[in-house]
This record gives sequence, structure tokens and C-alpha cells, in this order.
Amino acid sequence: MAKAHVYKRDHVNTDEIIPARYLNTDDVAELATHCMEDLDTEFMAKHQPDDVIVCGDDFGCGSSREHAVWAIQGAKVGAVIAHSFARIFYRNCINCGFYPIELHGALDKINDGDELKIDYKAGTIDNKTQGMKIEFTPLPDFALEIVNDGGLLEHIKNKK
Amino acid sequence: MGMTITEKILARAAGKTSVQAGELVNANVDMIMCHDVTTPPAISMLKEKGIDKVFDPEKIVVTPDHFQPAKDIKSAELHKRLDSWAKEKKLPYYYKLGRAGVCHALLPEQGHIRPGEVIVGGDSHTCTYGAFGAFSTGIGSTDLAAAIATGVLWFKVPTSMKFTLNGSFGKGVYSKDVILEVIRRIGTDGALYRAMEFVGPALKEMTMEARMTITNMAIEAGGKNGVIGFDETTKAYLDGRLKGKTDYTVFESDADAEYVHEDTIDCSALEPMVAFPNLPSNGKTIGECAGEAMDQCYIGSCTNGRIEDLRIAAGIIKGNEVAIRTIVVPATPEIWKQAIDEGLAEIFYDAGCVVSAPTCGACLGGFMGILAEGEKCVSTTNRNFVGRMGHPKSGVYLASPATAAASAVEGKLADPRNYL
Ligand code: SF4
Repeated sequence: MAKAHVYKRDHVNTDEIIPARYLNTDDVAELATHCMEDLDTEFMAKHQPDDVIVCGDDFGCGSSREHAVWAIQGAKVGAVIAHSFARIFYRNCINCGFYPIELHGALDKINDGDELKIDYKAGTIDNKTQGMKIEFTPLPDFALEIVNDGGLLEHIKNKK
Repeated sequence: MGMTITEKILARAAGKTSVQAGELVNANVDMIMCHDVTTPPAISMLKEKGIDKVFDPEKIVVTPDHFQPAKDIKSAELHKRLDSWAKEKKLPYYYKLGRAGVCHALLPEQGHIRPGEVIVGGDSHTCTYGAFGAFSTGIGSTDLAAAIATGVLWFKVPTSMKFTLNGSFGKGVYSKDVILEVIRRIGTDGALYRAMEFVGPALKEMTMEARMTITNMAIEAGGKNGVIGFDETTKAYLDGRLKGKTDYTVFESDADAEYVHEDTIDCSALEPMVAFPNLPSNGKTIGECAGEAMDQCYIGSCTNGRIEDLRIAAGIIKGNEVAIRTIVVPATPEIWKQAIDEGLAEIFYDAGCVVSAPTCGACLGGFMGILAEGEKCVSTTNRNFVGRMGHPKSGVYLASPATAAASAVEGKLADPRNYL
């Protein structure tokens, strides 16, 4: 079961997700050790694989560094649920085969520590703690295809 | 229904006669910008997937900039990967140390940006090139890899916002103040997924350098691209400068094109602006914030590290002694040389500033001016997020070169109009 780590914040930016001082590497395992460091220094200590990050608007704004997505993937974050995502981050997620869940009002429906179960196909989040089923709009088909292929480059290869 | 300049460029690149906002298109990419942070991973991805092709070496420009000259062993490894790839692929436009500079200052200066083209780069401020009437946007490493290999990327045609810049610039007010005001009004996600188009008579007073400061910061409002139409100023800048292909197509928005938001900025009424930590939208007029003590001043970056910016800063600093650490970073080798030839470097030296080699350096908290806990830096850069220039508890105050220079002299946020 995935636990929610809720940050009642808008505009969580890529400098907070992976600070630029670590951009001298693209080693995913190393990036993962600094995941979310400038937002919450405790994040990696309390995070368990498959746990979910929940935020407000404009998650991932700022730099185009895909390192932000790699750090999140490397840390085995199960999902990121946000009211909205910054454009480049959103696109990077899809390109890396990571499903960004856009859910307006997520901060009203999910509390820190809630146990969640996500059904990507159906577009639903089962909030076990609150006994609530929450719906989200699934990714459009073309993006889903890329995610299901494991990212853009695999997708390009598969198409050939 | 008419089309915006953004729609027209994307339509052309997708081989269509018309497109509509919201439509997904596969567009041919005309130019790709590659630097030392996001390109090495793209190269590795391509190798890993066994895709070894570069779609067109003429359409790729490579420059190390973020950590150059290499700041540590790890960044040296990034540079080594970039270098061996650029050599292996025989890329004609590979700028090595000594010729390399901050990407978004270097590419236009060296004549790689043409109107009407689709330009992508592995950097969020790639939106800068929209100042030339191009569609230009930042992408991540995977997109970069795909673009390098195939020359094609999918785009959702953005809706457009129109900002009309009226009036005439008062003393001490510059294009940086315009864009800080725009972002203050609409917020850091006010243009999310959208194109920001800038029109109006005040553009006539702006050089290409000044215009690039505006489009550079479109991403700070969440914008997909910033765009300014072609005019005589654009033409004069491009003439004799373009490398490779010298012809280009000029597009302009139709009178009946659709905009989802329209706003007007009266440049005559603007005051020097400072954006307080930790968002570029936290703009205050200098009248509201003068006197706030600073620890450092940084004059550089793709936003305001061009020759015009250094001239403005030097004009204010000349004959004064700076009261705080002041770091001046010419964005490209050409600007660096010009700063020496024009005597600007000497003015900075005399005032007690340090003038560094071209690099992104401290703009992104890399090196060459990192902030300690609790320190404050007035900076001509574009982003003031938590920890952007160093310690998570340090603060970045975004301002024009004039405001930054006046603040350097006084050691606190200061009104540049007192020096002009
Ligand atoms: S100068 Fe700063 S904002 Fe511009 S490309 Fe370099 S790091 Fe990015």
C-alpha cells in the first residue's frame, strides 16, 4: 500500500526536487539520494518505495532538467499527484514512462499519511484511510502509448 | 479565423496550411541547442537504445556553459562525454572552451537563430530565441535525444496570450522591468502551456538584446514560448551574422487571430522592479523595497549578461566603489572581449568587482558565487527559487543590470535613477 506524502504547496520547482548542485551527474541512483532535498530534507528518510507525493499547482516548474524525473523514479516514488504540472516536467514524465496524475483539489482529498491505491487504467485513486474513491482524468491515448512503451525512445524504436 | 505567429510557424513545420490551438502536431525541428547538463544524458540514452544517428549535424549547436570551465571532476566527465560525441559526430557548430558561452546568449550572437523556425533546446530558457520571431521552447533530455535522432517532435499547439507594450521607457527602466511586471501580474503559472506574444510600439525602443530579456523569462510565467514579431531591428541584427542558411521566412499574426488573454503594459508608467525570493512573480517596485541590505551582486546570465547589460551596469558603477561582493559574468567570449575593449572591465575592476570568464556559474548555484546560509544576492538572472544560487536559506532578488549595479554601490537595494 502506498502512503501519501502531502506538501501543501504550489510551484514546487525542479531546484527543490533535485538541486542544481547535484546536476554534475546523471547517475540515477545518486540523484535519487537527493530527491526532494530542498523541499524536505527528511523526504528520503521517511519515504518507502511506491509512496506517493501530493502537491498543489504547477508541480515541477523551472528548469527543464529531466534529472528531476529521474530522481523521483530512482527514489521509487510510486506516483506524483498534483493539481497541475509545469509543462516541461509533465512532458519529461511521459517521455520517461512515468505517469503524472493531474487531480484538481488533490490537497482537499488526500491528507499526509493517507493510504492510497491507484488504478491507472480506470483513472481512480482509492483513498483507503478516508474510505473515498477519487477519479482523475487519464492521460490522453498518445501519451499513454508512450508511457506504456516505457518512454519516448522505446516508443520511437517500437514504431520503426 | 486568423492564426497567431506561433500557430503559423508550427503549421509550416508540420507541413500544414493551418493549425489550431490544442491540436497535436509532429513538427520538423530546424535547430537544436545542446549544453553540458542535459545533453550528455541524451547521448547516453541514444547509445543505450542503439540509436546512433544524428538527423542533421548542421542543425545542432553545442556549447558547454553551465559548469564550464569544469568546476569539478563530475562536471569534467560531463564535458568529456559532450566533447567526444560532438567530435565523433563531426558537428560543425561545436563551441569549445574559449569560444563557448552561455547558450542563449551565444546562439543568437553567433548567427544560429532564424525567424520562422522551430528551435528546441535542452534548457528551459530556450524560449529566449522567440525574440527573433521563431517558435522556440525548452525540452528535457529524452525529447532532446529524440530530436537529435529524428529531427521531429510532437507539440500541442499552444493558445496565445497577447501583451501590448505601450509608451516609452523612462530613465532607469528597462525590458527586465517589463517582464518582471508581466510575471507579477499573471503569476508563475499564468502562461502555463501558452504562448506569450509581445507586441506594441515600445518594442521599437528595444534592441534585440533587450527583447531577448523579455522572451527569456516567458518560462518564468510557465509559458511554452515567448515570441516577438520580426521588424527592422531584427533584420539589422541578423544581416551578415547568420551562419549556414541565410534565408528565412517571416511570419506575423493575423489581425483576427485568437488570444485567450490580452493585457497592456504602459512602459512610461513602469518603475524599476525587484522580484523577491522565492518566486519571479514576487515583484515590488524599487520604491517599495529600496534599502533592503544585500550581501552580493551578480551581473550575468542568459537574461542580462550581454554587452548592453554590462554597459548599463558599468555606467552606474563607474567612479564608485562597490559595497558588496560583485561578480560580473560576460555571457560569451565575444562579450568578454568587448567588455575589455570598451574599458568596461577596467571600470568594474576599479570599483572592486570581479569579472569572470563566460559561464552560467552561480546563476543556477553551480559555482563562481555561491551564497551561504542567510545571504542575499541582487541578481540580473531570471529565477529566484529556493536555493537557486546556493544555500536553501539564501535569497535571490531579481533586477535589471541598472538596479543591480546601483544596489552593488550602496550594498542595499537601490534606485538606479539616482545614478543616471
Ligand atoms: S544563465 Fe542561468 S538561466 Fe541561463 S541557461 Fe545558464 S543556468 Fe540557465
